[in-house]
Amino acid sequence: MEITTRGLWTLIHGMGFGGLYLLACSGALVELFLRFSAGEDGAISSKQVGFLKGYLIAMTVLAWLAVLTGAYVIYPWYRAVPAPGSPDLAAFPQRLLLSNPTTSGWHSIGMEWKEHVAWLAPISITMVTAVFSRYGREIRNHPQIRRAVICFTVVSFLAAGIAGFFGAMIDKHAPVEGGGAIHLVRGD
Amino acid sequence: MANGSGGAAVLAAGVGAFVLGVLAVAADKSVAVKSALVFYRPTGQLSGVTTTAILIWLITWGVLEWRWRHKTVALRRINLTALVLLGLSLLLTFPPVADLL
Repeated sequence: MEITTRGLWTLIHGMGFGGLYLLACSGALVELFLRFSAGEDGAISSKQVGFLKGYLIAMTVLAWLAVLTGAYVIYPWYRAVPAPGSPDLAAFPQRLLLSNPTTSGWHSIGMEWKEHVAWLAPISITMVTAVFSRYGREIRNHPQIRRAVICFTVVSFLAAGIAGFFGAMIDKHAPVEGGGAIHLVRGD
Repeated sequence: MANGSGGAAVLAAGVGAFVLGVLAVAADKSVAVKSALVFYRPTGQLSGVTTTAILIWLITWGVLEWRWRHKTVALRRINLTALVLLGLSLLLTFPPVADLL
């Protein structure tokens, strides 16, 4: 059982940073929506505020790591150009997708959308984290700010979901592979 | 606590997202813009589109925060503007919509 270096980076980017971010979004939305509603009477302790602040900071770090590894580590491998007339496009995922009309849309719509829309996730969640860090439990007294924070968290979730979906589908049709092989387990 | 800081962060995020969408379309439509936005060759124009949008977002945020931090601002209007900008960004980054422009 082995994995290539590029395959490992794709795994770290998609299932590591991206997947964890998507999972974390639902938790943040529930916390912001339920616990910090204006109508809620229950007291919010400093510990609870501190926990959500830490949780949002972790989400922000995950979102930035996901887009930065995607754009600056994996994307250059994805869009690499083969030598003219090269018959084997396996190491050139973008060209492999574009070489067949049944897969070209995964690049022309999927990747073209994913590569830009993904950045809405870190921009949105950075704003959410900064606002929550500033207002903390006071956010209950600012329903307009709370609404904006929840809307941006939803858009961040949506953007990350779009990027994750297309990332997974593109990798299914034209995986980013190559580099050295890493042996995980020796088979029988 | 004044709501100005919150309004500054929300509006700046909307502006940053919108600039990202506009630059993505501009780089797609204009060869000159496309080549001007290649900040890092292996990543192509995506490097310039995202770096420029992030810089504009952070500068906008800094300026608005400086001007509004002790003020009470009209958040309803600011939220609406920010969400419209965010929605437009989602649309502009979607290739079939960008192709219509």
